[in-house]
Amino acid sequence: MQAFTTLTGIAAPLPKANVDTDQIIPARFLKSISRSGFGKNLFANFRFKEDGSENPDFVLNQEPYRHAEVLIAFENFGCGSSREHAPWALLDFGIRCVIAPDFADIFHNNCFKNGVLPVRLPKEVCAQLMEDAKLGANARITVDLEREVVVRPNGEEIPFKIDPLRRHLMLNGLDDIGQTMQHATAIDTFEAKQKAAQPWLYA
Amino acid sequence: MSAQKPRTLFDKIWDAHVVETLPDGTAMLYIDLHLTHEVTTPQAFDGLRAAGRKIRRPDATLGVIDHNIATDSSRYTGIVDPESRLQVETLEKNAAEFGMPLIPLLDERQGIVHVIGPELGRSLPGMTIVCGDSHTSTHGAMGALAFGIGTSEVEHVLATQTLLQKPAKNMKVEVAGNLAVGCSGKDITLAIIGRIGTAGGTGHVIEYCGDTIRSLDMAGRMTVSNMAIEGGARAGLIAPDQTTFDYIARTPDGPKGAALERALAWWKTLPSDAGAYFDTVVKLNAHEIAPQVTWGTNPEAVLPITGVVPNPADVEDEAKRAQMQRMVDYMGLTPGQRLQDLKVDVVFIGSCTNSRIEDIRAAAAIAKGRRVADGVRAMVVPGSGLVKKAAEAEGLDRILLEAGFEWREAGCSMCLGMNPDKLTPGQRSASTSNRNFEGRQGPGGRTHLLSPAMAAAAAVSGHLADVRDYQPKETV
Ligand code: SF4
Repeated sequence: MQAFTTLTGIAAPLPKANVDTDQIIPARFLKSISRSGFGKNLFANFRFKEDGSENPDFVLNQEPYRHAEVLIAFENFGCGSSREHAPWALLDFGIRCVIAPDFADIFHNNCFKNGVLPVRLPKEVCAQLMEDAKLGANARITVDLEREVVVRPNGEEIPFKIDPLRRHLMLNGLDDIGQTMQHATAIDTFEAKQKAAQPWLYA
Repeated sequence: MSAQKPRTLFDKIWDAHVVETLPDGTAMLYIDLHLTHEVTTPQAFDGLRAAGRKIRRPDATLGVIDHNIATDSSRYTGIVDPESRLQVETLEKNAAEFGMPLIPLLDERQGIVHVIGPELGRSLPGMTIVCGDSHTSTHGAMGALAFGIGTSEVEHVLATQTLLQKPAKNMKVEVAGNLAVGCSGKDITLAIIGRIGTAGGTGHVIEYCGDTIRSLDMAGRMTVSNMAIEGGARAGLIAPDQTTFDYIARTPDGPKGAALERALAWWKTLPSDAGAYFDTVVKLNAHEIAPQVTWGTNPEAVLPITGVVPNPADVEDEAKRAQMQRMVDYMGLTPGQRLQDLKVDVVFIGSCTNSRIEDIRAAAAIAKGRRVADGVRAMVVPGSGLVKKAAEAEGLDRILLEAGFEWREAGCSMCLGMNPDKLTPGQRSASTSNRNFEGRQGPGGRTHLLSPAMAAAAAVSGHLADVRDYQPKETV
């Protein structure tokens, strides 16, 4: 996993609530068996018309947002299916941070495991950032995970909070499995106890 | 034992599975059953392979093929779509390489992952169950803590049999009173989402209780907990009781004899203690629930079948008005139009929400002695090979076929547009599945969620219909 420390880039405004994972990456594109390549189908139903041509009205088809690294949206972002293909598609497109008032639980988890930073900020602040983002190429937004601040194009700093363990893992690009495996003896002990008490759980 | 603070069902299962608590409060939670399918696992097995890791407990892991496959006879001659075939073959190859038990595609136990877990007696009370699929909440009807995870977490569970989780808040949804004629678990679960909204359960685990829930059979309970995730909750739970125990006693793989006695002794301690604390409580009155149908593009956009399409102009909040307008436009509706006047092109009875034998009986009861309306394609897709076999033994397939329904092989089918069963742009469906998102059943498709009986009524009338006007002509 790529570490996330600080990012300065173009932010794309997506002024919608309840952006679900079927919108982020429709089911018909989930057939790949690798983690990469989903970016070309990110938001496919919005980005492309029925004949496959680009829909010029969709923000990610417009300059400079084709190069967006941050996405700003409204409530309940990432609801619906648990597909991890959603953060993979965002990442593969180049989006490394999503800012919204709140996120659906599974999507929120999946982001951290893939180096996409989900930042929760109050709705009014998201609305402000949305306005900033509309300024286009002149409006770069900085997301600094080390200091836990978003810096608006006018220099104003907005603090946010990330769970300390997740922040540590993100900053260092660490994988959870390696961390957990350091607790192997505790898992062994748990299993021995459970097997004695609930033998039907073991083949 | 010292007097303990009263605990909820969720608290008890959680406490029994914490291996360790990390300094920041994250728990390393032990997972008793890990279900896998072909869509969300290839990248997890790749990760294991790259790191030289094994599956820690193959005996607690079970794979099944469900999302990608055709539900017509073509599965017997080989999967046509090359990408689908590759995903299925990849799961088969990974199962063989890592020693994971897998139900083969042509096995009679094959079916939708959330149907087969309980049906085989693999999903049991008090367990922690995960699957790389959000509707894992279904298994909560067994009194298990069951939730969906992402592919990285699938890899984590395969390697360590644990998951890193933050505790959830407790939410109680209490439904009391007798359910009205024509209503089922689906109407309850849609009515709950209509009340709490699609984000109403965020951060919570819902426990469904009250005498209405108690009176549901296991299929009805599974329909309710299946959609906990659509209300934003991490999981849905229903306390195990005699209905649960009787169901488990009939399963092929559930514990038997002395093991069952021992299990029962523990399971009976699981229900929430009197006075246990719930962070959020919601109450519904069952006799106020009429047959439900969704009109928009998220499950919260739901109304009684007697309702009319809402008017965005009546909404004050600008963002909400815009969202409603978009839904009305996408769904091809006119404000004020009666829901019962909406003609349907396709009727889909299936998915992990409503594809159990009880669901098929409910549909057949309405279909019997009637005909699918002209121009409507109606399909019934059993949730598993075992459901299919049981339905055929009861003659339900004959009733449905005679009425003009298609009778298909088990799988996810038209619940999601990833296998050959898809809507074409602009088609309107009455569907017993759980998601009505834009494009969910195929790009441009328009989905109305409802119960199996309501779906059958739509099939025979050709439009969304009030099932109360289509009661069985004779008993099935
Ligand atoms: S039936 Fe639908 S919701 Fe259920 S597992 Fe399959 S795709 Fe998911």
